[in-house]
Amino acid sequence: MKRYFHNLGEKIIVALLALSGTVTSLTVLLIVFFLFKEGLGIFSLSPVSEGTVIAVNSQNPVKELSAHQLKEISDQNITNWQEVGGPNAPIKLFRIDDLTEYFSEEQLGKDFEFVPQRINEVIAKEPNMLAFFPDEYLAKSFQGRQLQLDNISVPDFLGGTEWYPTITPAVQMGVLPLILGTLWVSFGAILLALPLGLATAIYMAEIANSRVRNILKPVIELLAGIPSVVYGFFGLVVVVPLIQDIFGLPVGETALAGSIILGIMALPTIISVSEDAMRTTPRAMKEASLALGASKWQTIYKVIIPYSISGISTAAILGIGRAIGETMAVLMVTGNASVIPNTFLEPVRTIPATIAAELGEAPQGGIHYKALFALGCILFLLTLIINLTVDFVSAKKKENR
Amino acid sequence: MKKTKVKIFSLQAAGLLLITALLGACGSGDTTKENTEAGKSAATTVTIKGSDTVLPLAQQEAEKYMQKNAGAAITVVGGGTGVGISAMQEGTTDLAMASRALKTEEKLKLRGAQKDVKEVLIAYDALSVVVHPSNKVSQLTREQLEGIFTGKIANWQAVGGNNEKIVAYSRETSSGTYEFFKEHVLDKKNYASGILMMPATGSIVQSVSQTPGAIGYIGLAYETKEVKALSVSYDQGKTFVAPGVEAAKNKTYPISRPLYFFYDAAVDGKVKPFVDFVLSAEGQKIVQETGYVPLS
Repeated sequence: MKRYFHNLGEKIIVALLALSGTVTSLTVLLIVFFLFKEGLGIFSLSPVSEGTVIAVNSQNPVKELSAHQLKEISDQNITNWQEVGGPNAPIKLFRIDDLTEYFSEEQLGKDFEFVPQRINEVIAKEPNMLAFFPDEYLAKSFQGRQLQLDNISVPDFLGGTEWYPTITPAVQMGVLPLILGTLWVSFGAILLALPLGLATAIYMAEIANSRVRNILKPVIELLAGIPSVVYGFFGLVVVVPLIQDIFGLPVGETALAGSIILGIMALPTIISVSEDAMRTTPRAMKEASLALGASKWQTIYKVIIPYSISGISTAAILGIGRAIGETMAVLMVTGNASVIPNTFLEPVRTIPATIAAELGEAPQGGIHYKALFALGCILFLLTLIINLTVDFVSAKKKENR
Repeated sequence: MKKTKVKIFSLQAAGLLLITALLGACGSGDTTKENTEAGKSAATTVTIKGSDTVLPLAQQEAEKYMQKNAGAAITVVGGGTGVGISAMQEGTTDLAMASRALKTEEKLKLRGAQKDVKEVLIAYDALSVVVHPSNKVSQLTREQLEGIFTGKIANWQAVGGNNEKIVAYSRETSSGTYEFFKEHVLDKKNYASGILMMPATGSIVQSVSQTPGAIGYIGLAYETKEVKALSVSYDQGKTFVAPGVEAAKNKTYPISRPLYFFYDAAVDGKVKPFVDFVLSAEGQKIVQETGYVPLS
């Protein structure tokens, strides 16, 4: 009887363990599915802001405009139809707010019931007009010609250099500056954190006596427990002005500031993982090296580091992973200007910061919302590549033994 | 998703009041949630969410209102106008604070969601254009501001200052201030892509105060001694007006805007007492005290 219960208890525990494993994997899969379902939706949308009509006079020979051309036109950088393949005539812009310049309130009707008709008249009358207006004001017998824009394509999305997700009439969704910004900041972070982290790890694993180590280890682990917004504050108030002074820059919010903060945040990971790897070096190997007359330093760089090299690479890669996904600290110190970075002393905008700053505003299901999910997909793929590399490197480590 | 929202929130509040607000931000992040849940049982619990510009005003009003009406509980959360309006659409907040009127897109969305939205004008706000205190420039025309924020003017020399690069700070796209500035100062042109985007008005003040070549825009109520406010001209440089409550009230200062509360007509009974309080003589006095411009 007792034995039966014992078995039953064990079975329940096994079943519970299996269940939690399944639930976890399913949750992860669902999140990934959701992310990609929302994100890939962007490629079936037109860049024209939802509910907006772009129309020209029916005589106008211009058949299509790109989102970029539309932005240049509304910024008045392109002012002549000739520049976009039309006749030599100035472009006359019409927005819904301009309606009162053409018509009196009486003509528009008390409840604006004549608005569609009036817009129709304006466009029919002005051959050089380019009009943007909400589609609820599109007249039933519209005489102008509506311009359709091509859907956002993958090369446009990945290779575009301008990120204007909320502008009218057509949004610009180029994520290249964001991807490069993310990689740039993470690269800088690892460049700073790896030498420092490695040195600390060597010191803790091989040189420090156990008393020093017992103090140092918890302190470093404490670094991992500080909330990232605190790092962000530290960066904004201390690191940013410091960088500005040292380099004599007009602005201190730069990729370098982000890299420094991320470097500090990646340190605990790098130190603990590489220290653990170094400590697994068999005692026999170390002693053999020392017995052959090698000094302590020679033992470290000829025996311990080569032995634990795959552990150290794992540490570096995990550190990069931590840096790539970090949101808050980066949002606060990098300036968030969406330009392609050339140096570390320029402001950059990263993918996580963009998602955090903009998701609250994006109307659910809209083009901006989907674009942010697509950015999430890109971030997911970046970290997936990193994780696969970790697996590959640690698999190699086992082979080596 | 949830995590991101909480994070955005703590960032916004944190930016406003620096470290002091940090603890508060984490704390109130939780209380908001509790209060929304509690809101179903107690009819006197009202949540307000949205524009960071309206935030200090709504907080003051809520405090006074709660002092007068024991038992009333009002939670005020920032995040940006857009955040407040989408929260209202999803029904997670009762009142949405806004520093701009509804966009056509939002109107269509709300109509689609079967919401009958009421709009209440509660006050006006003036935007100050601020620079570092050491900057020689003390006045700019609208055209010069447009040039600076669209990237056509890149050096302070071009507008009468020292030979120094202009560093322009803007709010993030979720901010009503961002949209308002674009519409009324940039003549609807787009910001330059190299512009620095800050997550909160407090961060703009912080950054402008420590960057000699900086220029940014903030709500009048956020003005501090660490930054210098510029006089602005909307008539090609004939008259320059310094920002201030008086100048905004008599409409001589050009960069001012209306502030709104939006709410679903379905919760009318719940929010009406508070809205009426804000519009009362006492509520409008608080508007003036907080640095905004009262309606009359």
